[in-house]
Amino acid sequence: MAEPVLEIANLAVAIKGSGDRPHAVRGINLTVGANEIVCVVGESGSGKSVTAQAVMGLLPKNAMEVETGSMRLQGEELTAKSDADLRALRGTRMAMVFQEPMTALNPVERVGDQIGEVLEVHTDLDPAARRERVLEMMRAVHLPDPEQMIDAYPHQLSGGQRQRIMIAAALVLDPALLIADEPTTALDVTTQAQILKLVKEMQGRKKTGVLFITHDFGVVSEIADRVVVMQMGRIVEQGPCEEVLRNPREDYTRMLLAAVPSMTPPRRSPVSGPIVLQTDKLFKTYGKRSLFQPKARIVHAVSDVSLTVRRGETLGIVGESGSGKSTVARCVARLVEATSGAIRIDDVDIASMKEAKFRPMRRRVQFIFQDPYRSLNPRRTVGEAIIEGPMNFGLPRKEALQRARDLMAVVHLSPDAIDRYPHQFSGGQRQRICIARALAMEPELLIGDEPVSALDVSVQDQVLKLLDEVRRKFDLAVLFITHDLRVAAQVCDRIAVMQRGVIVEQGTTSEVFAAPRHEYTRALFDAAPGRNREFFVDKAPEAALPH
Amino acid sequence: MADVILDTPIAAAPVKPNAARNLVRNPGIVFGGAVIAIVVLMGLLAPWLGTIDPTAINPIARNKVPGAEFFQRTDTGERIKMIALFGTDGLGRDVYSRVVYGARVSLLVGVSVALISVACGLFIGVLAGFFRIFDAIIMRIMDGLMAIPAILLAIAMVSLFRSSVLTVIIAITVPQIPGVVRLVRSIVLSVREEPYVEAAVTLGTSTPKLLWRHVLPNTFAPIIVQGTFICASAILIEAILSFLGIGVPPEVPTWGNIMAEGRQVFSLFPHNIIYPGVFLAMTILSVNVLGDGLRDTLDPKMAKRV
Repeated sequence: MAEPVLEIANLAVAIKGSGDRPHAVRGINLTVGANEIVCVVGESGSGKSVTAQAVMGLLPKNAMEVETGSMRLQGEELTAKSDADLRALRGTRMAMVFQEPMTALNPVERVGDQIGEVLEVHTDLDPAARRERVLEMMRAVHLPDPEQMIDAYPHQLSGGQRQRIMIAAALVLDPALLIADEPTTALDVTTQAQILKLVKEMQGRKKTGVLFITHDFGVVSEIADRVVVMQMGRIVEQGPCEEVLRNPREDYTRMLLAAVPSMTPPRRSPVSGPIVLQTDKLFKTYGKRSLFQPKARIVHAVSDVSLTVRRGETLGIVGESGSGKSTVARCVARLVEATSGAIRIDDVDIASMKEAKFRPMRRRVQFIFQDPYRSLNPRRTVGEAIIEGPMNFGLPRKEALQRARDLMAVVHLSPDAIDRYPHQFSGGQRQRICIARALAMEPELLIGDEPVSALDVSVQDQVLKLLDEVRRKFDLAVLFITHDLRVAAQVCDRIAVMQRGVIVEQGTTSEVFAAPRHEYTRALFDAAPGRNREFFVDKAPEAALPH
Repeated sequence: MADVILDTPIAAAPVKPNAARNLVRNPGIVFGGAVIAIVVLMGLLAPWLGTIDPTAINPIARNKVPGAEFFQRTDTGERIKMIALFGTDGLGRDVYSRVVYGARVSLLVGVSVALISVACGLFIGVLAGFFRIFDAIIMRIMDGLMAIPAILLAIAMVSLFRSSVLTVIIAITVPQIPGVVRLVRSIVLSVREEPYVEAAVTLGTSTPKLLWRHVLPNTFAPIIVQGTFICASAILIEAILSFLGIGVPPEVPTWGNIMAEGRQVFSLFPHNIIYPGVFLAMTILSVNVLGDGLRDTLDPKMAKRV
């Protein structure tokens, strides 16, 4: 191989002040060759983003600094460079694409100008030539109708289009190195597939070296030439993609791979318990035309959704963002009011019940939220969070506390931890607490709105196992909202696929996965990263995982 | 399955920063707090600080410069020799005594305006932010209130009612309320969307409990900060009203009306204006410095932005 585009040797980045560890990353050795995609995988806090920021010279100045080691961009040492020199390199020879294209783009500047800014700073092209180059680049990233879109503002574009703009801006000067920090994490799965394809195509065009940061092994298998696995600021393992994914040498890699849910749903026997939840022609629309706003926009978030969940059964609602899957869940939990239709819990229609009348029934329907960091009040102890519900329903404090302790054990946390505050727990632990809080109400229906999508893959695996365990133990009906087909395959008995507020397909998990009928379902499956790959390695590390 | 697992160990000790210690570390809070404490003590202990009746007129001792000696007749008829620390005014009243007693009115007005406007603002703001049906109505009323200048309202109220401290407090409070309402409303609007508030709803928590436990605590820090700024501006507005002669009745000494009375003879006897002016400026400065310090400690996001 010729000279690598990026060569990092023994890099250590120190965290200033007191952190949970003295170094954000330590002993990092990695290279990115020309025309090569290197994926850095790791869970949150593994130091993968810090590595990227160190290369770009974008480390937060008052929090971190490069302590030792060298970083060479095409043989040129970066660590000794001044801010001005680094600035000259950024955009010209190395460029970065960020996770969230909406916040990475300036909302009040036209997208064409934002791509053109790179040219304006680094070249002496005149405005007409710049515009020509921007248009050329927008065509290269397959944006429709570039002549129109060049004058659009970011909010007028879709998420995928915005990310294309970001990629165009990053690559407009043909840098040797492109760093992509979770560029598809904020995107829907079908969009993600397109962006991954684009990254690969753009990389092949000019033989760019790509450092691609991700937490998703599906994405890795789609795109990587080589893989670097990081844990707690160190590189655990690196090697060619196939080798690492097929024959991981390290236990940690094996554990991560084993935690990736399989796309093949396990065999499940149909559930025939009594129906707990039934929705009938549920509609939810936002916006209303009135005398004063005759042209108000009306959004049909949910249209004509009819579904049932039996006791002991998990119904998954799968769909992309904006498909209305969360809205269905929120209607059922009465966090928003349905516009029309019936929601029957044990044959009682709750859709249009008055809140005061419905409150006694709240006990039966419990909700688990996506973000474990925001679903617990930071000012109240975990115990207070768990006993709040039972005490609302008249359970004396002492008994409620005893129940809280018992439930902490059920979710595999120490019962003594009920006196602690949420910030003392990790994300996975908090999600366990949220499950305990829901269980304290002795519900019949448990609604999980993406309950594992904010969690790392190994933690996600544990929380899913816990959810399955409590479902069995308490014979719960579960409504499980997710965008992740792998998760759905593993936890759901039946699946409803939603698109633009409508259920396009409904059936048992094995049926839907074996033979999707609707074209949208097929598109979803096609877009799932690494769909043809099983990451299941062997049983050995499984034993190390808690059940 | 009874074994207890923890995916990562639970943090050993609370990493919650010690709020009390942080407050003491902030120089603004220490300085502001100290000066305000001195002014408060001065107001409370006024009769024992070597003062005489601040309203006692003494025609013989008019317009004495600071440090001059004069004789004061007491209730029992004795004549005692006194030193006029801050001089005397055009009616022979002791400026030092007037300034010390004047602190009472300033502080009373400042603190009551802050407390009343925060209490009203909190209540109305929560109503507007949490209950959608009240929102539009309340906010339009608040917009209306905001359009009323404090000083004009005071003039109107004093001409309608008798001028008194209460009138002044109400006149200053009313225009301050909309600011607090807007602040509280914006906090409530964002907090009510937090998943932990929604979680409490699904747990069947009644609305008053929900507000008390999960919503209101989020407003305390910004409200305390806002309260100090209201206090400072209330003291200032009271002084302005008294200076204009539309505040508290003229026989009650306040920093504002001491200055107003010294205005005509300012070029000859500047002490009538300088001393109350210095006290007024120091008090407002330290209340504001205290407020800044509280904002920096209680609301770290704001501190970083600055």
